[in-house]
Amino acid sequence: MNTSFLIELTVLILAAFLGFEVISKVPTLLHTPLMSGSNAIHGIVLVGGIIVAGLPDQDVWIRVVGLAAVALGTGNVVGGFVVTDRMLEMFKRRKPRQETEAKPE
Amino acid sequence: MSTQDGITLAYIVTIVSFILALRFLSNPAHARKGNWIGAFGMAVAIVATFFREGMQNEWSILLVMAIASPIGAYAARAVKMTAMPQMVALFNGVGGGAAALIALSEFHHVAPEPGRLDANVSVSIALSALIGSISFAGSLVAFGKLQELVSGRPIVYPGQKFGNLAILAALLGLGIAVIAGAQEQGLLIGLICGSLAFGVLFVLPIGGADMPVVISLLNAFTGIAASATGFVLHENVLIVSGMLVGAAGTLLTLLMAKAMGRSVANVLFGAFGQLQVSEAAIAAGEGTVRSATAEDVAVMLAYADRVIVVPGYGLAVAQAQHSVRELADELEKKGVDVKYAIHPVAGRMPGHMNVLLAEANVPYDQLSEMDEINPEFERTDVALVIGANDVTNPAARSDRSSPIYGMPILDVDKAKNVVVLKRSMRPGFAGIDNPLYTEPQTQMLFGDARESVVKLVQAVKTL
Repeated sequence: MNTSFLIELTVLILAAFLGFEVISKVPTLLHTPLMSGSNAIHGIVLVGGIIVAGLPDQDVWIRVVGLAAVALGTGNVVGGFVVTDRMLEMFKRRKPRQETEAKPE
Repeated sequence: MSTQDGITLAYIVTIVSFILALRFLSNPAHARKGNWIGAFGMAVAIVATFFREGMQNEWSILLVMAIASPIGAYAARAVKMTAMPQMVALFNGVGGGAAALIALSEFHHVAPEPGRLDANVSVSIALSALIGSISFAGSLVAFGKLQELVSGRPIVYPGQKFGNLAILAALLGLGIAVIAGAQEQGLLIGLICGSLAFGVLFVLPIGGADMPVVISLLNAFTGIAASATGFVLHENVLIVSGMLVGAAGTLLTLLMAKAMGRSVANVLFGAFGQLQVSEAAIAAGEGTVRSATAEDVAVMLAYADRVIVVPGYGLAVAQAQHSVRELADELEKKGVDVKYAIHPVAGRMPGHMNVLLAEANVPYDQLSEMDEINPEFERTDVALVIGANDVTNPAARSDRSSPIYGMPILDVDKAKNVVVLKRSMRPGFAGIDNPLYTEPQTQMLFGDARESVVKLVQAVKTL
C-alpha cells in the first residue's frame, strides 16, 4: 500500500467520526433540512465531474460521460442548496407576545 | 506557492465551510446561515477546480453547468413541501449517478496502461460505480413510489430474495474482475448496468411507509459513493465531504429504524412477512367507537387548559396544516396552551412533519419531540390526533402479538380526552387495528381532515 492511500484512509476515518459527532447534535426538528443540506454537500461530486470532463485527449463518448456527470452534479448542488434554504427560511420562533408564558421544559 | 497548492487550500476552505454548515444546523436560528456557508464553500471548490493544471473543455463544462443550474433551481423552487421527500430522493439520485459516471470516465482514463492501476484506485472505481449506480436507480424508484408513479405498496414476486442475491453475487464477481486487473471497459459498464438493476429491485419491495429509512440510506450511499470518487481522483475534499454525508445518512437510517421499533434489515428485507400480517389483522377489531360532532369537540377544546395536537401524514395529504395552525391560534386566544407532538417517523422522511408545520407558520418552539412530550400527555386535557394512526397505537406498548410491538409511540391514550380525526375506520399503513379508538376517553370525528379542522375553527370562533 502506498502512503498517499493510507493518508486518504486516515482522512476518511476521521471524517466519519467528525460527521457522527457533528450530526448527532442536530435536533429531530431539523432532520429534513439536514438531509437536504447533506444532499447538497454530496453535490461535491460536481468537482469530480469537472475534473474528469476537463481531462485532455478524450474520446468523444467519454467526454459526453464526463459532461453528463457535470450536469447531474450541478443539478444536485444547485437544487440541494436552494431547497434547503427554502425550508430553513420557514422555521420561525414564536412571536414575542407569546414568549412571556412560562416554558415547562 | 504553486497553483496546485492554491487549489488545495481552497478545498480546505470548502471542507471547513461544510463542517460549519452542518454545525449551524444544530440550531434553527442559525441553520439558514449555515446553509449559505455551505453554498459558499461549494462555490469556492467549483471555481478552484477550473484552475487545475491541464484543464481542458472549460467552455463546454461551463455551458453544461449554465444549462443544468436553472433546472435544479427551478425544481427546488417549484416543489411542494409535501413532495419534499421525492425531491430529496431525486437530488440524491443524480448525485449517485454523477459518481458512477465519474468512475467510468476515470477508468477509461487510467485503464489503457496495463499493470499501472493501483489496487486502491481500482477498488475505489468499482465501489464508486457500484454504490453510485445503486443509489441512482434506487432513488429514482423511491421517487416514483413517493410521487405515486409506482405503487407505494411493497412489490414482491416469487424468488425475489434469490434473484437479488444472484445479482449481488454477479456484481461482486464483476467488481473483483475489475479489481484483479481485467482492464476492460465492458466489465465496468456491466457493473454499472447490474448495479442499476439491483438498485431498482432493492427498493421495489419496500413499502411507502418505510420510505424515511430508505431515503436516509440512499443518502448515505450517495455520500459514500462521492467519498469513493475522492479516492479515485485523490481529492480529499471529496473524501471528507462524501463521508460527512455518509455519516449523516447512516445516523438517520439508524434513528428512523429505531423510531419504527424495527431493525434496518427488517425494514429493507421484511416486505414478505409484513404483507401477510396486515391482511390477517384487518379482519379483527371489535368494541364500540364513539363518534362526536365538530361542535362537541370545539367546546371540549375551547375549555381545555392544555391541548396537544398529534399530526400524521394524513394531515399533510389533506393539506390541513394551515387550518390546524388557525385552530391553534383561535385556541391560544382563549388561553389554551397548544403544543404539537411530532413522532420521528411522521411523514415520508426524517423530520418531514416539522417542515410541513413550519411551512404553515407554526413556530418551531411549539413543536415537541416524542421523548419530550410523552410525560406531558397525563396532564393534557385533549389530545387531538389528526391523520396519525400507527404512531399512537397503544398495542405497540402492551400487545406482544402486535406487528408493531416495541415501536416507540406517542402516549396519546394517557390524555384525559382523545379526539381522533379520521376519514373512516380503515387501519393505517401497517394495516393493524388501533385499540385507542375504542377506549372510553376517545371520540372520533369522521371526515376529511381539512374539512373537519375548518369546521372546528368555525365552531371555536363562535364560542
